[in-house]
Amino acid sequence: MRLRVLFPLCIVAATMMQPALCQTATMSLPAAVEAGKAFSIPITGSGKATLYIIGLGQVLKRDVQLGQTTSFPAGSLYDAGRYLAVLSGDSSTQSGEFDVLPVNRPAELAFLARPSRLPVALHDGITGAVYVFDPYQNLITAPTPISFELTGPAGSVQKRAMETHDGSAWASMDSTGQQGVDKFVAHAGEISSTRVIGQVPGDPCGLKMTARQSGQKLLLETDPVRDCSGNAVSDGTIITFTETFNGGQSTVDVPLKHGVAEVQLANHNGATISVASGIVLGNQIHWKD
Amino acid sequence: MKSGRLLAVFLAAATIAFVLIGTVWPAPSAAAYAGAKSMLASSPTAEAAVGNLGDEIRAQAWEKAYASLANKAQFTEPEFVHDLTGYYPSLLTYSTLGSFDVRPLHASANDADVQLTLHWATVVGSSLSVWALHVIRNGDQWEVEWPIVKASTLAPQVIPVNYLRWDVVYRGPGDDWGAQDVEAPHVRIVDMHPVERADGVVILGELLNEDIVPAYVSVTATLLSKEKSPIATEGSFDKISHLLLPKQVTPFLIKFPNVSLSQVGSIRMAPLSELIAASADPVIAIDNEQLHPAPGASLTGELNNQGGQIVNVAHVLGTFYDKAGNVVWVADQYVNQALLPQIPVPFEIHIPEDLARSISSQRTVIATYSFEGSQ
Repeated sequence: MRLRVLFPLCIVAATMMQPALCQTATMSLPAAVEAGKAFSIPITGSGKATLYIIGLGQVLKRDVQLGQTTSFPAGSLYDAGRYLAVLSGDSSTQSGEFDVLPVNRPAELAFLARPSRLPVALHDGITGAVYVFDPYQNLITAPTPISFELTGPAGSVQKRAMETHDGSAWASMDSTGQQGVDKFVAHAGEISSTRVIGQVPGDPCGLKMTARQSGQKLLLETDPVRDCSGNAVSDGTIITFTETFNGGQSTVDVPLKHGVAEVQLANHNGATISVASGIVLGNQIHWKD
Repeated sequence: MKSGRLLAVFLAAATIAFVLIGTVWPAPSAAAYAGAKSMLASSPTAEAAVGNLGDEIRAQAWEKAYASLANKAQFTEPEFVHDLTGYYPSLLTYSTLGSFDVRPLHASANDADVQLTLHWATVVGSSLSVWALHVIRNGDQWEVEWPIVKASTLAPQVIPVNYLRWDVVYRGPGDDWGAQDVEAPHVRIVDMHPVERADGVVILGELLNEDIVPAYVSVTATLLSKEKSPIATEGSFDKISHLLLPKQVTPFLIKFPNVSLSQVGSIRMAPLSELIAASADPVIAIDNEQLHPAPGASLTGELNNQGGQIVNVAHVLGTFYDKAGNVVWVADQYVNQALLPQIPVPFEIHIPEDLARSISSQRTVIATYSFEGSQ
């Protein structure tokens, strides 16, 4: 990168040091050129000279005949940015600047979707940000129409349409009430990019257990654990059973298996048993034989 | 120049002289450490007998220690060693006895009760084991009756375990820029407050894994002055359960020694969570938990491994709450024996005496480590 900058500067410095020879030669530089397109630079005067086109990412050198138009074929300049043109003849040096602009035709989208996993029914929980690039990987800074489309697990669709600002656009969406996979698509013209968002169950809701005697022990079992949207809470979620009896306490953290958690605790007549998951409390049972 | 040379010659001569003296006439304690005969060869008193036993355990002179016992006919030497250090790999497997205390409890002409407290130096710090020993007189010598506890064993059987296991596939080098990596688990500090103690500021709190995947967690806190400049940054280190399964809550405690709460304007908390492969097994039940008031305030209970896998190291973390449900203290204990399936193992967590009166409830979590892998 450093060489990229130093090299053109060295060329410019070298050309500046040459004695002024070609007093009458003039270049007619275009104000702007679209990246990748052919362009030409008419040059007046007589004799021969060397034309340098210097940008941050590219340097072109042409031996030119003064009094003719120098043509550059398509694909000569493709990195967007400001370019310096230096005409160095036998007796003079002339310079000017022009811009290479991104092609105003999206060819690639960099689409960042966050998070990749979130609980159901979360307002503005999903964020998508998109950056639009042309076929030459230049960021298209001109306003470009963008649409975001989030398709939920049940097929519901949320859409947002906007224009990019300085090459980017972003939108936020709600996660829906059903667990599963969301398809999050960003469109720019005919180009699209897709990301996948996982919607996972939320906190348990209405956590409830039942108790029954099982031999010498007390068998505690939850009802199928679901979140407030009715989704089955993921297996492996920790359910905490606590039995309090006569000043003593027993606690077991049990992972959900097939949607329910069960555990055996000591059978104490008069014990108080509670169930919880994280910060969510369930029901309480005062056990009597 | 000349005096320096003289000093060097003197120091060399003195070193050689001391090495010779130490070799020919070693100190009793050094001889005992080196495996020579016991520092206290004879046991004219009950305390001396227990002290000799402590020395032999410290020197890992198991044969001598076993030979000195009064009731050695009741068990074998390996049983005695395993009774001390565990039958299965545990915290004591990689520890040495740093020191021991002998405290007479009761004595008569022919027998005595003596308490032997062993201070094991383990990888997680000092670990105590306390033994109440009965010592009997045998002629002019006293001998220790070792209170052997035959290891409880479980009948050979198959315990089906089908709890979840989470494995993680991270993004690879071929993924394009912008492609998502696996999201880090979402964790949340659900309670936090600072407490002023004699040795500094302590931050207590609880951390919840509110995600559906397991998380490796830790918490870092930075104390800021009233002018918002940082005073100190500390982490929870091992005063936290690092593995949190979905919807599991761990307490944490962060110490800031030599800092006064009056210096602190605000606190910046930084919980860290990383996705980690983990298993929901083993399930450890905590039975018969009892809060004991001051003096000697503690939380006692039993750990019961309900899975089929041996847990080699168990870390018990207790969160203590006042009547309003605020966290008052967090304390922990490493259990120094392995948790075998369905064999209860006791634990005892000590609570600061000044806080014990304000504690009305508690919650206990267990962090486990198995040498076979998994957690």
